[in-house]
Amino acid sequence: MTDLTESISAPPVGVVGTSHVRLEGREKVTGAARYAADVPFEGLAHGSLVLATVARGRITSIGVDDVLAMPGVLGVIHHGNAPRLNPEAGLLGTGDATLQLLQDDRVPHVGRPVALVVAETAEQARAGADALVVTYEEEEADLVFSADHPGSYTPAAAPEKHKGDVDAELAAAPVVVDQRYTTPQEHHSAMEPHASMARWADGRLEVVDSNQGSFLVSYVLSVLFRLDPGVVRVRAEHVGGGFGSKGIGPQLILAVMATTELKRPVRVALTRRQVFATTGMRAATDQRVRLGADSTGRLRAIDHDTATHTSTIHEFVEFPGEVTNALYAADAIRIRTSLVKVNLPTPTWMRAPGCAPGSFALESAMDELAEAVGVDPVELRLRNEPEVGPISGLPFTSRNLVGCLTEGARRFGWADRDPRPGVRREGRWLLGTGMAAGIYGAGSLPSTAAITAHPDGTFTVGIGAADIGTGARTALVLVAADALEVPTSAIRIDIADSDLGQAWFAGGSRGTSSWTWAITAAATDLREKLADIAHIPADGITGRADTAPLIGALEQRENHAHGAQFAEVAVDPSSGEVRVRRMLGIFAAGRIINPLTTRSQLIGGMTMGISMALHEEGLRDAQFGGQVNGDLAGYHVSAHADIPAIEADWVPDYDPSNPSGVKGVGEVAIVGTAAAVANAVWHATGTRQRSLPISLERILTTTNA
Amino acid sequence: MKEFAYSRATGVEEAVSLLAGGSEARFLGGGTNLVDLMKSGVEAPDLLVDVRGLPLGGVEVTADGGLVIGATTTNSDLAVHPEVRRRFPALSQAVLAGASGQLRNVATVGGNLLQRTRCGYFADTSRPCNKRVPGSGCPAIEGEHHNHAILGWSDHCVATNPSDMGVALAAFDAVVSYETVDGPGELPLAEFYPAVGDTPHVETALPAGALITAVTLPAAPVAARSRYRKVRERASYAFATGSLAAALDVRDGVVHEVRIAFGAVASRPWRARAAELSLTGAPATAESFAAAADAELAAAKPLAHNGYKIPLLRNLVVSVLTELAEEAAR
Repeated sequence: MTDLTESISAPPVGVVGTSHVRLEGREKVTGAARYAADVPFEGLAHGSLVLATVARGRITSIGVDDVLAMPGVLGVIHHGNAPRLNPEAGLLGTGDATLQLLQDDRVPHVGRPVALVVAETAEQARAGADALVVTYEEEEADLVFSADHPGSYTPAAAPEKHKGDVDAELAAAPVVVDQRYTTPQEHHSAMEPHASMARWADGRLEVVDSNQGSFLVSYVLSVLFRLDPGVVRVRAEHVGGGFGSKGIGPQLILAVMATTELKRPVRVALTRRQVFATTGMRAATDQRVRLGADSTGRLRAIDHDTATHTSTIHEFVEFPGEVTNALYAADAIRIRTSLVKVNLPTPTWMRAPGCAPGSFALESAMDELAEAVGVDPVELRLRNEPEVGPISGLPFTSRNLVGCLTEGARRFGWADRDPRPGVRREGRWLLGTGMAAGIYGAGSLPSTAAITAHPDGTFTVGIGAADIGTGARTALVLVAADALEVPTSAIRIDIADSDLGQAWFAGGSRGTSSWTWAITAAATDLREKLADIAHIPADGITGRADTAPLIGALEQRENHAHGAQFAEVAVDPSSGEVRVRRMLGIFAAGRIINPLTTRSQLIGGMTMGISMALHEEGLRDAQFGGQVNGDLAGYHVSAHADIPAIEADWVPDYDPSNPSGVKGVGEVAIVGTAAAVANAVWHATGTRQRSLPISLERILTTTNA
Repeated sequence: MKEFAYSRATGVEEAVSLLAGGSEARFLGGGTNLVDLMKSGVEAPDLLVDVRGLPLGGVEVTADGGLVIGATTTNSDLAVHPEVRRRFPALSQAVLAGASGQLRNVATVGGNLLQRTRCGYFADTSRPCNKRVPGSGCPAIEGEHHNHAILGWSDHCVATNPSDMGVALAAFDAVVSYETVDGPGELPLAEFYPAVGDTPHVETALPAGALITAVTLPAAPVAARSRYRKVRERASYAFATGSLAAALDVRDGVVHEVRIAFGAVASRPWRARAAELSLTGAPATAESFAAAADAELAAAKPLAHNGYKIPLLRNLVVSVLTELAEEAAR
C-alpha cells in the first residue's frame, strides 16, 4: 500500500495552492470558446427531436411522408428504421434501457424520444419535428410516486444497512425525534443545453459533444453501436455545466444514428424544454428520520428510511441514506431504501446524489434534536463526532468536520445566537439563523495520463479529463507544473478527448483526485526516463501512467469531504417570502489546488443549495405525467438577486490516499445547504419546514403572520 | 418554427395596412414574449410587422396633469420617467418589478398590454388549452394550478394575466388608444380585457388588426401617494404570485379616496372596486383595510391548490395600505 505518513508530512511547495485564473477564461468571456453546438462542420445537417406526448402506450403511426416532403428535410429516424442498438450498453457497465432509443414502438413515459427529423438547417429540422404527426395507442399509466405505493420494493442496489439494534435503542432513548421530510424532483439546469455533432470520417466515428467524460462516452457509444472502441472518438473541449446530467444524452445517440443512416455530419442540439424532458432529474424523496438520543444529545440511534422512485425501464436509486453512513457516531444506525417504478422519465445523478436530499432530512432532524434536548446545534454535532466510520468501523483518511464547525461558528458569529425561535423582527421580516453539516465521498478512480517533454523545454500533458466549467484544466496544469518542477508557462494541456485514453469522468467529486494522481505518476515516469538520456529527440520523450494498480493497492478507508454551512434568513409571514440574507460555508476538502476556482465552485454549490431550499421543484401533471414548468421561467433557480453575502472558505485538510492530497469540492458544497436554510426559517418563524422547496405558499399555509 | 415574413413599418397607417394584409400577422414590439412563443410553436404568425420604429415613443404630461404614454415606449424609459415617478409612482414600481433589466430595455408598453399568460399548459403545444386551441379543454383546472386565478375565472380557463404594469394601469383608470384601417379608437382598461366566459382565446376587446398607439392616464392626484408591491417566489426576476397596486388619500383619519388593483389573481389586472367602495369614507385603520380586502375576496373561488392566494392578497392589502396611511400621517 501507499505510505500514508510520508505523503502527509511534506506537501510540495509550488504553484499548487495559489490562485490562478482559468487558462481558457479569456476565450470564454470573449465568446471565442466553442461549445459543442458552436463548432462548424462542412456539410452539416441538423436533427430535431420529437418526444412522446402520451404517458404510456404504443406508437401506432408516424407521419413520415408528409415531413419528408417539407423543405430541406433529409430524413426521419424512428423505430422502424433506426439502427439496432446493443442492449448491454450502459454508463456503469450494465445495460441501461434509457439508452435504447427508437428500438421499438413502446412509450414507457412522456417525453421519451420517438423520432429525429434531420434537415439542411436547424430551422427546417425544427419545423419538420413540429409537423411530424405521431399517433399512439394509450395505456393506463402509473404516474404518482408515494411512499405507500403498493409496488414499493427494496432495490438490490440499496440493501438495508445497519449496525446495532436500532429499535431497541430508540425504545430506550429518553429523547426521540421522528419526522418525515420530502424533497421534490429537481433538474440540473446547466446553462449549456445538451448538444452533439457526429460524423463518419476516415473510418472513424467522430463526435463533438457536451459531456462529463469523453472516454467513458466513447466507450459506451462503441458498445451501444457495436463498434470497435478505437473507432469512436469523442471530444468535449468546453462544457457549460453538467451537474450529473451529461453522460450519454439522447441527442448524442440520435446524432450517431442519423449520421450513420444519412451519411452526413449531423448536429442535434436540445431545446431547453427537451433538456428538462429527456436528460433526467433528481428523484423525489420521502424520508423518515428517527433519532434517539440521551439527554445530553449523544445519539443512541439513527434510523433513516427513504422512499423514492425510478422509471419502468431502468432502475436508478437515489440514496439519501448515504449521508447517514458516515456523518455521526451512534450506538445503532439503520439505513433503508424503498423504490417505486412509475411511468416517468428515469431519474439520474444530480449534484451530490443521495447526500443532497439526505442531508436535508438528517440535518433538519438534528436541528429538531438540538431543540428537543436544549443543546446548541453546533455543540450537538461536536458531541456526535465519530472516531471511525460509524457503520464500517474503518478509519478515516482525514476528517476535519470539527474544524469546519468551529471555524464556521466563529466567523458567522454563532456564539451570540439567541436559540429562541420567532423572536427577531425587522419591519415585516422575521429573522433567523441556522446551520447544518455536510459530507460527501472522496477518492480516486483509475485513470491514465501521458506527459511529453519537448526539446524546447516545454511539456504537453494529455489526459482524458473534463472541464465542465470547474476550472479542472487549470488545476491540472498547476499540479503538472509542480510535479515537473517547471513554471506553468512551460506546460500545455490536452483534455476532453477520448483518444487521450482512459480517465475517470467529471463526477462523484472524484475527477481532480483521479486525474492529478495520473498526472503526477506520469511526471514521475517521465523524469525517470529523462534521467537516462542526454538530449530530448525532436518528437519528444513521453512518460505514461495508469493508476489502476496504485489505487487497487490502497487500504479501505472512510474517505469524505466535509463542510458546515451557516445561514441567516428573513421571512415575511404575511407574504410567505423567504430571503437568504447571508450564508457562510466552511469546508474540509483535502488540499486546495486553485483557491480562486475552488471558492467559485463552492459558492456555486451553496447557491444551488439555496435554490434547492427555496425554489426548485419539477412540477408534473398528475394526469399525463409531463412537466408543466419545463423552462427556466417556470422552473426557478436562484439567480443573482437571491444570493446575498455568500462566502466559502476552508480549513486545513489533506487526503493522504492520493499524492496531491486532494478531495473533490463539486458536491460537498450543496450538502447541508437546504437544511441550514430550513433550520434558519424555523429559527425565524418557530415553524418547521419539512418539505422542499420552502415556497411562499408553504410559509403562508403553515406560519402565523 | 414556421417560416414567416418580416416587415418594418415606418408609419402607423402603413403598419395597420401591412397587418391587414396577413392572415396570421402580428405586430412586433420588443418581442420578449411573442418571439419565445413562436419558438415553442404556441404562436405561428406568417407575418411580423415591426412597429418599434414608429414615432409612438415617449411620455407627455397632459394639460390636466395626466400622462400620455406612447405605445413603443420601453419599460425602462417608462419606469425612470420623472413625471411617471412623481405622479404615478406605483406605475414606475410595477414596471421595475417586472422581468429583468435586459428585457425592460426592449419590452414596450403596447406589447406589455398584450402579453400572454404564463400557464404551463398554454406553453405546451402537446396539451389541450382553450386559449390556444378553443374547445380543446383546460387541464389546469384539475391539474397544476398553484399560480392560477382565484377571481373571475370560468370552467374554460383559469389562467392569469402576468403583467405588473397592467395592474398599476388598472388602478389608475388607464385608457388605451389604438389605430385601425378604419380609423382610431379608445378602450378604457376596464373594458380592454373581456371576461373569460367561454371565449378565453379572446383576450382583448381590440378590433381585429388594431395597433395600440398610446395609453392615457387621466389626472389622479391620489396616485402621487401610491405603491406597487409584488410577491414572487424568488427575488430575481419572476412572475408574480400575487401583487397589489394601491393609492390612498387619507384626510382626518378617514379614507377620502383609494385605488386598489390586484395582479396574478385573474385573467386580467383586477381592479378591486368592492374593496374601494368598502373603504371610501371608512377610518384608515388596519381593521378597515382588512374588511375592504375581505369585501373584494368574498368573490374569490380558489382552486384545489391556490387557496393560499386569498390570505396572501388580504395580507398585502392590509400591509400596503397601512404603509401608505403611515406615510400620509408623517
